[in-house]
Formats: sequence, C-alpha cells, structure tokens
Amino acid sequence: MSADIALPRVAPANSRRHAPGDFIFRHLTFLFALLVLLILGGVIVALVDGAVPALRHFGISFLYTDVWNPVTEKFGALAPIYGTLVTSAIAMVVGIPVAFGVAMFITEICPIWLKRPLATMIELLAAIPSIIYGIWGLFVFAPFVQQYIQPAIISSLGQIPGVGALFAGPPLGIGVLTAGFILAIMVLPFISSIMRDVFETAPPMLKESAYGLGATRTEVVLHVVLPYTRIGVVGGIMLGLGRALGETMAVTFVIGNAHRISASILQPGTTISASLANEFTEAVGDLYLSSLIALGLILFVITFIVLAFAKLMLLRLQKRAGG
Amino acid sequence: MAIYARRRLTNALVMALAMAATGFGLLWLVLVLSTLLWNGVAAITPALFTQTTPPPGSTGGLLNAIFGSVVMTLIATLIGTPTGILAGTFLAEYSRGSRFGEVVRFINDILLSAPSIIVGLFVYQLMVVRMGHFSAWAGAVALAIIVVPVVVRTTEDMLNLVPNTLREAASALGSPQWKVIVMVSYRAAIQGMVTGVMLAVARIAGETAPLLFTALNNQFWSTNLNAPMANLPVVIFQFAMSPYADWQVLAWGGALLITITVLFLNIGARALASWSTFKQ
Repeated sequence: MSADIALPRVAPANSRRHAPGDFIFRHLTFLFALLVLLILGGVIVALVDGAVPALRHFGISFLYTDVWNPVTEKFGALAPIYGTLVTSAIAMVVGIPVAFGVAMFITEICPIWLKRPLATMIELLAAIPSIIYGIWGLFVFAPFVQQYIQPAIISSLGQIPGVGALFAGPPLGIGVLTAGFILAIMVLPFISSIMRDVFETAPPMLKESAYGLGATRTEVVLHVVLPYTRIGVVGGIMLGLGRALGETMAVTFVIGNAHRISASILQPGTTISASLANEFTEAVGDLYLSSLIALGLILFVITFIVLAFAKLMLLRLQKRAGG
Repeated sequence: MAIYARRRLTNALVMALAMAATGFGLLWLVLVLSTLLWNGVAAITPALFTQTTPPPGSTGGLLNAIFGSVVMTLIATLIGTPTGILAGTFLAEYSRGSRFGEVVRFINDILLSAPSIIVGLFVYQLMVVRMGHFSAWAGAVALAIIVVPVVVRTTEDMLNLVPNTLREAASALGSPQWKVIVMVSYRAAIQGMVTGVMLAVARIAGETAPLLFTALNNQFWSTNLNAPMANLPVVIFQFAMSPYADWQVLAWGGALLITITVLFLNIGARALASWSTFKQ
C-alpha cells in the first residue's frame, strides 16, 4: 500500500549498455513469478487427474452419497463434506465474536504500551503448529469436555424438544463440537489480526466527529468503524473460514473419524482433510485412492472460492483506502 | 436521562465483553503452552536426542525424527527461499501495475492460505507416484511449496518499503537496474527478508499434513533422501494416536521441541522486524 509516486521501474531505453545483465535478471525473476502460477496450475492438474477415475465411476452422485465403504468399494463424499462445513460453521460461530472483541479491545480500549505485546501474543496462537493443537485437544481438552462440558450440555440443551437432537448422545469428549471449538481457537488470530488492521484504516476524523457528538466507544465502533470497514471485516472472516475448512491435523486428532452424518454435534464425524490424513496411506485399490483425491479436489475448489472471495473483499477495501 | 444511562450501560457491557474476549484468547495460549510444558518436560531426556524411535514397549528417543525434520526443513528452505525471493522481486520491482503481476500476487495470496494437505496430495501425484515410493525428497519439495508463498509475500512487502529515492540515487550514478536491486534494494530490505524466511521456516517446522503422503515415516535411522524418512510431526501423529503410554510420552516430548523451535523463530523474527530500518 505504498503511496509513492510511480517511478518507471522498467529498464529505461538508454540502458542498452547494461542490456545483458538487466535482460537476464528481469527474465529470471519473471520465470520464478511464473512458477507461482505453475504451482497452482500443477495442483489443479494433479488433483483432477487423480480424481477422474472416481468421478467417472460414481458420477455426480459422488457429491451427495453418504456411503463410504472400502470393502465394497462404494464411496460418496457427503459425510466428509458435511463434517467440513459443520466444524467450520461452529468455528465461525465461536470465533467471529471473540475475534471482534479482541480487535475492538486492541484498537479502541487498551493503552498504547499494551497494544503490541497483546497483539503479538494473540498472533502466537496462529504460530502454534496444528499438530500441537491436535495432541493437546486429544489428551487435555477432549477429556475435559467429556467430563464437564458435554454432560452439562446434554442435561440442559439436550433436553429441549427439537433442538435437543443437536446435542444428544453419550459424552464422548471427541466429536464434531470439540473439533469445531479447537478450530475456533486456531482461526481466531487470523480473523482478529485482519479486523485489527482494517479497523486502523478508519479515518480518525470520522471517529473523532462521532466522539464529538457524544457517541460512546461502542457506538463509534458499531456505527462508524464497522460500516466503514465492512468489506475488510467480511474479507477477514472469509480468510479465517478458508483456514478452518482446510485445517487438517488438529481436526484429525479430535473428530473421531467416523464416516457418518449424525444429527448430534456431540458425536464423532469426519472432515475431508481428516479422511485424507487418516486413510490415504492405507488406501488399497485405485478406486479408493482416486476417491480420496476427489475429496481433496472438492476441498480445493471450496477453499479456492472462499479465499478468492476473501482476497477480492480485502483488495476492494485497499483500493478505497487509496492503496 | 434514561436513554443516556442505557447507552452508558451498553457501552460498559460491550467494553467488558471485548476485554473478556481478549482474556479468553490469551487463556488458550496459556493453557496450551502450560499443559505442553507440563507433559513435555518429563519426556526431555538425553535419550530423546541420542536414540532412535522405539518399537512399542521399549525405550528410545526421537533422534531419527529430529534429524529427518532438520534435513527436510533445510532442503525445503534452500529450494523455497531463492524461488520466493526472485518471484517477490519481480512483483515489487518489475510488475508495477501490470496485469500479470496482479494475477501472480492474487494466486500467491491464495497459495498462502491454501490447505497444506492439498500440497501433500499434489506432491504425491507429482513425485511419489512417478518414483514409485515415498521419499524425503518429496517431503522436502512439499515443504518448499509451502515456503514459497510466504517468502514471496514478505519479499515484495519489504522491497515496497524501500524508498524510491534510494533507487533513483543509484540509477543516477549509472548503475544498471539489476545492480540497483541487488546492491541497493536487497541491502535496504535484508532484515525484513530474513524475517520472512524465518517465519517460513517456523511455518514448515510443524507442518504435518504435507509430509504424510510424501516423506511418510521411517522407524529406523536413515540418511537416504530417496527413501521414506522419519520426521517429528508424523512421528508425533503416529505416537500420540497409539495406545502405548511410552509412545505418547515421546509424542509430548516431540511436541514440546517443535513448539519451542517455532515460538523461538517467531519471536526472533518479530524482534528482527521491529528492529528493521524501514517501517510503515
């Protein structure tokens, strides 16, 4: 977002003397930039190539069949797709309000000397590798959930007619809700750091005008800052969603890896990435392997759309801020 | 007056909630790190660094896994860093306002957040299927693909912070553009670029998903890059999911090692960045 005056960075015409060196360096960097595109292209080609046998065999019904039986070689992607969407939805429901609170606290409330250390600490949550959340979730968090949280949920929310089905079943500790909750902690730093960045772009003059009219901090954030930065906030949320959808190891540890769709979010399930992590190296038979790669392709398509959308939102905000 | 009181009350409530949310976020950081330390310290013994991964029921360490992780991370960094720096240089120095540059930047940002398990699948198709076996090379390439977008991003950002007057001064002295970039821009941005590489290393040090289908795992000491190689994340995954108590202890030890490395790299990178010459 540098605002410097555009200096023509292309080689000026009178530098013919330096032509070979410049020509080589320029084209070398160009080739490596092209490599970035080639990686993406390669990913698409490899996934489509690997998925074709399964997609040809099962057709479009692969997307909405919930059978996953390696013995009879019947595969359908519905259960992992469902699990991916539900865990990510839980992560968003828990993560967005918390991320908003964190961003609001850091930008509007906390004293300046505390800003940097606090922001760094929240961002360290993002630095902790996924597998650490996994092992921690399995040995520390899941038993805790099983002993204290799930019994409470089952005896309260589980008793409500209708909604109760969402919270039915024995307390297992591991399951969709636990996975979604850990995902929420993992995406929190991504969402809050983008919210923080975009909140900072709100012009101080607008905020001060509102304060001058007697608005409270809450009103300034909700009615001035948030409307001004709405696109960026949506972009940050989508970016977090993209992370949640593709998160692998933490989910694999705590979701229970059951290829079925249960109404209750306390029960084990699976996600696309967890299925891949668990089954890929043990998959025997071309159709099994190809079905797993097809799952990967579906995940790639979903995350690509979400991330591209996020990026477009953030670019729009950047353009408006005069980037 | 009633309205005023209500607005003040709402405000106090929202402020308290925001503060609680921040506390909630920090709570998890403290919880994860403290339980990790609690469980992991018991596993840190000399044997952890001198013995290889044991079969269930006997004692051992993580020597082969530590070695494998270091080797693959090193190769991935050696491949990924120059690639990322050159691509980032193109974006910052040669592609101002060009369509191609915008597309590369956009795709790079998507690769930055793309699920790492997809990268694993890609390299599996690209290398493992072709070669017919899992290998440390494939693992290193998968990790390198994760390094590239991180380095591209930070290199471009850091080069964009270099004042144009520096470039103009060098050009005015008659220096060719490649020399301006290498001798002036790079030198001015070096701290930021090193930060980027450190963050990239931190990112791949704990990556598990891309290694599952590429380097796989190896119970024994192996220095053969053309064969499956043990590595900390996959060993942690396998050992933690196992029912054997002594394997689980080793998994905690490995988890602590990785986390310390990653946090150290992250904090070091941040310190270096805040110390850097040009800031926004």
